[in-house]
Amino acid sequence: MTAMLSVTGVKTYYGNIVALKGVDVEVNEGEIVTLIGANGAGKSTLMMTICGSPRAREGSVVFNGRDITNLPTHEIMRLKIAQSPEGRRIFGRMTVYENLQMGAAVDGNTHFQDDLERMFTLFPRLKERLHQRGGTLSGGEQQMLAIARALMTRPRLLLLDEPSLGLAPLVVKQIFDAIRDLNRTEGLTVFLVEQNAYHALKLAHRGYVMVNGVVTMSGTGKELLERPEVKAAYLEGGH
Amino acid sequence: MDVFLQQLINGLTLGSIYGLIAIGYTMVFGIIGMVNFAHGDVFMVSAFIGLIAFLLLTTVLGITSIFLVLAIVLVVAMIFTGLTSWAIERVAYRPLRGSFRLAPMISAIGMSILLSNFVQVAQGPRNKPLPPMLPDVIVLMDNNGYQVTLAYKQMFIMILTAVLLGGFWFLVQKTPLGRAQRACEQDRKMAALLGVDVDRTISLTFIIGAMLAAVAGVMYLMYYGVVNFNDGFVPGVKAFTAAVLGGIGSLPGAVLGGLLIGLIETFWSAYFSIEYKDVAAFSILAITLVFMPQGLLGRPEVEKV
Repeated sequence: MTAMLSVTGVKTYYGNIVALKGVDVEVNEGEIVTLIGANGAGKSTLMMTICGSPRAREGSVVFNGRDITNLPTHEIMRLKIAQSPEGRRIFGRMTVYENLQMGAAVDGNTHFQDDLERMFTLFPRLKERLHQRGGTLSGGEQQMLAIARALMTRPRLLLLDEPSLGLAPLVVKQIFDAIRDLNRTEGLTVFLVEQNAYHALKLAHRGYVMVNGVVTMSGTGKELLERPEVKAAYLEGGH
Repeated sequence: MDVFLQQLINGLTLGSIYGLIAIGYTMVFGIIGMVNFAHGDVFMVSAFIGLIAFLLLTTVLGITSIFLVLAIVLVVAMIFTGLTSWAIERVAYRPLRGSFRLAPMISAIGMSILLSNFVQVAQGPRNKPLPPMLPDVIVLMDNNGYQVTLAYKQMFIMILTAVLLGGFWFLVQKTPLGRAQRACEQDRKMAALLGVDVDRTISLTFIIGAMLAAVAGVMYLMYYGVVNFNDGFVPGVKAFTAAVLGGIGSLPGAVLGGLLIGLIETFWSAYFSIEYKDVAAFSILAITLVFMPQGLLGRPEVEKV
């Protein structure tokens, strides 16, 4: 089976500073794959490099058999990769509705009403906030909006960057449940970056561990949860 | 009262023209954070394009219907001015994106000088007159010989401005292009992550701003009956003042600022001294920047945490 997304030997730099030192990651269709690691390990950089911003200086990113390493960001996203990025990046001066419309634009707005209803079932809170400005939402609501906005593009591959960051445990559970549901019922492929290693590894089929710009370990979610190194570095101190 | 009413009409006419130019400044500032100092000269170029189109239509093609001529002149001026502005962005600003903040602004000053010098050489340094258009007036009030009049061309300017602003508001608020434009204003990287072609959106912003300035240019030409290669500068800086007064980056602010600057200028000329009307307008720029840098409708420079 060839992978839906394969990242091979990717090196990314910020100016002269190397952020990714040759990363190999694969995501197969229908999988939830997680990437865990500490702050500054390069997780978000990898997410953004997949989207061509910044571009990989070496190595290749292949999506569905097509080399997208040097494609402009907007063209990569039009291949139906969606990202809910680090820091959520909600359009604060647009309403929730408009934020969702922005997501749907990639899809040509053809399924807008249907998809909007789906988002309301997934995140009922967004329905209540529909005509509020994005900037007035709480952190958890913004996270839901960021994920919903990404889903409005009808992605084949969903990139989620730390959806649990700064959220209450209950909201985290709600968001992780939503991801699991989407994967089970619709076969959505998800690549998830998390610091919340325990939840992420429980949710994911497979996982990678990243340290200082290189992938140091990989395996199924269960395997990684039981590895002593993972336990020591990412799971100690409870969850 | 009669003088006041007359000045109000004159001020709103002038303010409409400033407002249309100001939108171009404010939109470009909103999306790429630069002051496009060439915008005033783009406005001047549009008046020349309008003049040339007008003369071609009336003398060479012999079209006599004034409204048909005006309509064609407006469309031609909008198209060519839009192209000019598109080309300027492509050649002089886009390569500098990601460079230090002042670079595109310096480049814009260069473009401004280039445009006015080009027109000076190509069209000559003297005032270019236009045969009077729509000379009729409506007398609103007659107070012992002081007539308060509303000229047809003033009416035309105000109505056309209102219609354009309505259309423009719809474009920005309700269409996918307008949404993409606003998204790029707030977060270009995120917009790209949603499949928005940011470079294309920026180009379109320049084109739309230039088209509105083109309408203002044709109105200016029609209103004053002459145009000169130097006419980009003062109206340009006044429109920029309008954008700052209204709050740079704010579209309603640009229109409000334009109307206010037009009114301040005309009332100052009528009640104080006409020689100092530009001083009055530019004092507003300094006063706004010192005491209210965010402008009337601008938002403070505080963004999300």
